[in-house]
Amino acid sequence: MGIEVRNLCFRYGTRQALQDVSFRLVDGKLNALLGPNGAGKSTLYALLTQLFNLQQGEILLNGVPISRQSRKLKQQLGVVFQQSTLDLDLSVLQNLEYHGALHGLSSRDVRHQASALLERLELGDRLHDSIRSLNGGHRRRVEIARALLHRPSILLLDEATVGLDTAARQSINRHVRDLCRDQALTVLWATHLIEEIDSDDPVLVLHQGRLHADALAHEICHMQQTRTLAAAFEQITGLKESTQCA
Amino acid sequence: MRMTAYLIALKGILKREFLRFIHQRTRFLSALVRPLLWLVVFAAGFRAALGVSIIPPYETYITYETYILPGLCCMILLFNGMQSSLSMVYDREMGSMKVLLMSPLPRAWLLFCKLIAIALLSLAQVYAFIGLGFLVNVEPPLTGLLTVLPALVLTALMLGAIGLFLSSRIRQLENFAGVMNFVIFPMFFMSSALYPLWKMRESSEWLYWICSLNPFTHAVELVRFALYTELNLEALLVTTGTTLVFTVLALLGFNSEQAVRKS
Repeated sequence: MGIEVRNLCFRYGTRQALQDVSFRLVDGKLNALLGPNGAGKSTLYALLTQLFNLQQGEILLNGVPISRQSRKLKQQLGVVFQQSTLDLDLSVLQNLEYHGALHGLSSRDVRHQASALLERLELGDRLHDSIRSLNGGHRRRVEIARALLHRPSILLLDEATVGLDTAARQSINRHVRDLCRDQALTVLWATHLIEEIDSDDPVLVLHQGRLHADALAHEICHMQQTRTLAAAFEQITGLKESTQCA
Repeated sequence: MRMTAYLIALKGILKREFLRFIHQRTRFLSALVRPLLWLVVFAAGFRAALGVSIIPPYETYITYETYILPGLCCMILLFNGMQSSLSMVYDREMGSMKVLLMSPLPRAWLLFCKLIAIALLSLAQVYAFIGLGFLVNVEPPLTGLLTVLPALVLTALMLGAIGLFLSSRIRQLENFAGVMNFVIFPMFFMSSALYPLWKMRESSEWLYWICSLNPFTHAVELVRFALYTELNLEALLVTTGTTLVFTVLALLGFNSEQAVRKS
């Protein structure tokens, strides 16, 4: 189940947000999309999820443009947006049931699937708790569970750990890696935090709307002749480490 | 997708709207208090000043409270329709609209589900209000409570569609105050909800024509006649036509919806 982006361009009025971006996600891996704030990551996500219409270029799912298979794309994608999209007044289960219903899953299917997912994300005992009563890290985990509810093959996470403390960030990162490994899930993990990327992760470096690197993390270091990805990133973008740590 | 998927989505959207509604108890109370104030306080004050002659569908002289009851029922539907508009704008601002737009089901269906949810919630409030009306001796015929149902459903759909159309045009929550001033109040006051149109004609011919063209006037008349087990065909046609036009406009707005705002 492959996603390929070809020559993608997008502009807001006169401001170019994405310029000639092309890449292909590595199936069954956590693909990191690394870029500072304002690099164009969220715009790219909005295009991948069809929340924005394409202006130029194309996005292919299994070699077929997504514009021709919108429903199939939405069945195959699980998305965690940068901004929380949970309904705070509803419980964890009610949020999941709503999402499930929009994907044609019955309440029984949702309950069955939700229990397993939440158990795995260490939230098994919070099924009936109100979202408002959960902390930021737990809310993110609920969003991940929700994104996986309809059994997608591709998971898109747009800065899913933003605003969380280090422990919560590491925990979510670990959970997603486990899911990726166990379920052969293809993940696109947008981040501006280098610490969330492993040396053998496929990495896309996006800066000022352009794709500056598309290789494994250690290969990027090798190409830039640096010892760390942080140094390579600094060399590519001209940005200091301080931009990488929240 | 399977047909059951469509029905599951309908059930899911209805359930969510219902749960949100019961979490906002003040919304339910204010939906009842507003028309009750008109029925009990305003009507008491203006009863003498605004005498109503015998006009169809009434066969005898009626109290002013009896006259304004259908208009106040439509007022509940109007405010609910606009409330739905507000909640859609809120959903867009808060990001939860993305959850809806990521559904593989057609947007037309999702919009239809929203409209049905808005209509059902509105109907529950209208019947609660009519029930309260009995306590203050405003008693429409009991059979009318049944015959008015289709008229209320159609009116709720029309106002829900107008609300959803507006929500596709309003970009920010703050702009909702404009909806109150430019949509709700003119629509309500320039209608036959509070005074018959011949009264309006006595004071101003052009105002009378504006009121006659207002679709809300026709919705009120449709409900008024249905409450007395009669059909006002002209009102039915105008209300149906307006519902269709705004449903299409809402659908067009919803289809071109880009849930993520410029970053």
